[in-house]
Amino acid sequence: MTTDAVLAPVWHALADPWSSSIMVRAFVEVGLLGVAGGALGCWVVFYGLSYSAESLAHSLFPGLVIAALLGLPLLLGGAVGIVAAALAVGVAARAPGVDRDTAVAVVVTGLFGLGALLALSPATPAGVSELLFGDILGISDTDLALAGGLAVIVLVALRLLHGRLLAVGFDRTSAPSLGISPGFIDAALLVLLALAVLVAVQGLGNLLVVAVLVGPAASARLLARRIVPMMVTAAALTILAGLGGLYLSYYVQTAAGASIAGLTVVLYLIAATASRVRSGAGAPDNLKRGITIGA
Amino acid sequence: MRGEGLVTGSPLIEARDLSAGYGGPLALRDVTFAAAPGERIGVLGPNGGGKSTLFRVLLGELPAAHGSVTAPPRCGTVPQTERSRLDYPVSALDVALMGTLSRLPWWRRPGQSEREQAFDALEIVGLRDQARASFGALSGGQRQRVLVARALVQDTRVLLLDEPFSGVDAPNADRLMALIDQFADEGRTVMIATHDVEQARTWDQVLCLNGSQIAFGAPGETLTRDVLEATYGAAIVTLPPTLDGVERGVLAPHHHDH
Repeated sequence: MTTDAVLAPVWHALADPWSSSIMVRAFVEVGLLGVAGGALGCWVVFYGLSYSAESLAHSLFPGLVIAALLGLPLLLGGAVGIVAAALAVGVAARAPGVDRDTAVAVVVTGLFGLGALLALSPATPAGVSELLFGDILGISDTDLALAGGLAVIVLVALRLLHGRLLAVGFDRTSAPSLGISPGFIDAALLVLLALAVLVAVQGLGNLLVVAVLVGPAASARLLARRIVPMMVTAAALTILAGLGGLYLSYYVQTAAGASIAGLTVVLYLIAATASRVRSGAGAPDNLKRGITIGA
Repeated sequence: MRGEGLVTGSPLIEARDLSAGYGGPLALRDVTFAAAPGERIGVLGPNGGGKSTLFRVLLGELPAAHGSVTAPPRCGTVPQTERSRLDYPVSALDVALMGTLSRLPWWRRPGQSEREQAFDALEIVGLRDQARASFGALSGGQRQRVLVARALVQDTRVLLLDEPFSGVDAPNADRLMALIDQFADEGRTVMIATHDVEQARTWDQVLCLNGSQIAFGAPGETLTRDVLEATYGAAIVTLPPTLDGVERGVLAPHHHDH
């Protein structure tokens, strides 16, 4: 048997999924989200905002359902949902005897429950489950344009804010003496995070979007020592998970979004194992290797 | 040795009957002092004595509850290195560059001239060759000097150093002392929060705090047994006199603010 005879079926198996424009669109969407989410996700992890990312995603669920019920754009519904959630958290956090963390948990759980209640009502049209789990194989031109716009906005904003993000994360207390408002930086990061969640939720769904924003960045933190390579690694891992997830979906008929999210977790476990092996018996912390950043 | 006659001009910092707190009982009461350009002022006091509160008021992070304080709109600060994240992807150069941000509009990134300033500051503190090193991988004394370099890049007239000698070995402490002298020689006012009474005797002025102001003045006249007992309570140790018979007074136990 010649080499060509062996490789031809392999090549065919690898190339066949991409003859479908649906798969190509899905991959482009994951790539664009990977670039935006990888870069942003690194700051989300460094600022300890992973729970906030999940809260944002869950709290916009009623907005998405209401938009679906009224036939409005999901993006609009999600945006209104996030603003309503922010106001509700602000009000709840001021309640006497309730700390902020508890207030966020109560509001987010309440909003997600409200969304589920609406989604399960008889009047709700079919396909609402796509809001929860996404429909990466049903990506439209508008979705692709939004993901492209998001990637540009996130990269430009992070480039402009790089030094200030670094300074606030390094020592929040000293930041005001350096002329930096930690509140402004936090707000800017949360706005970018809200934008990313809003756009990514279209393809990956309400429950899975956090996996793409947080998982690859957490893995990249274990593998890269400098922040720009960390961002590039996070983006590459998202694209890798996207590629693997789409192949799984094509050949094993698994849900594409869930396959991608699951693979981000698998990649994290591999990264954690590799990090442990590299640093000997010790914990996989970057401190031992002395992570540094390039300006 | 420091030059003489460098303490001149009207005060850069002036506090009158200053009190401040965090919403509950006042953490600091009745503080009155003035600091001239070129003065090195040791701020002594126990944990919770009000040193950090005073610095926060001078930095504009905390308003005065009573009284008044005047200080430059921006003071350089060297915080305790324990406050910095060691598992953070930042190099010594990155930290020094942070000092340039106060002069740049929010949309501008530090450019070549700012990088040169940062390299120069690292040169002054003796760490230019460590510019690319991870901040977390440096020794405690080196990290302290990187933070001093950041304050140098800020180029402010007032520097506030919070426990700068904590965890610093003798050679690095000597280097830091020389830098503080250099700042003062350049006409900057340097305030150093410390627990080290013997070291504070070498500064130009000392401010003793224990919830309120205990004393302020030249170390020779101010650091008496009565003042130190009021500042630190009974937990003080009497040192034997030196060989030439000089009374060494008392040494407060070493504390760490966290």
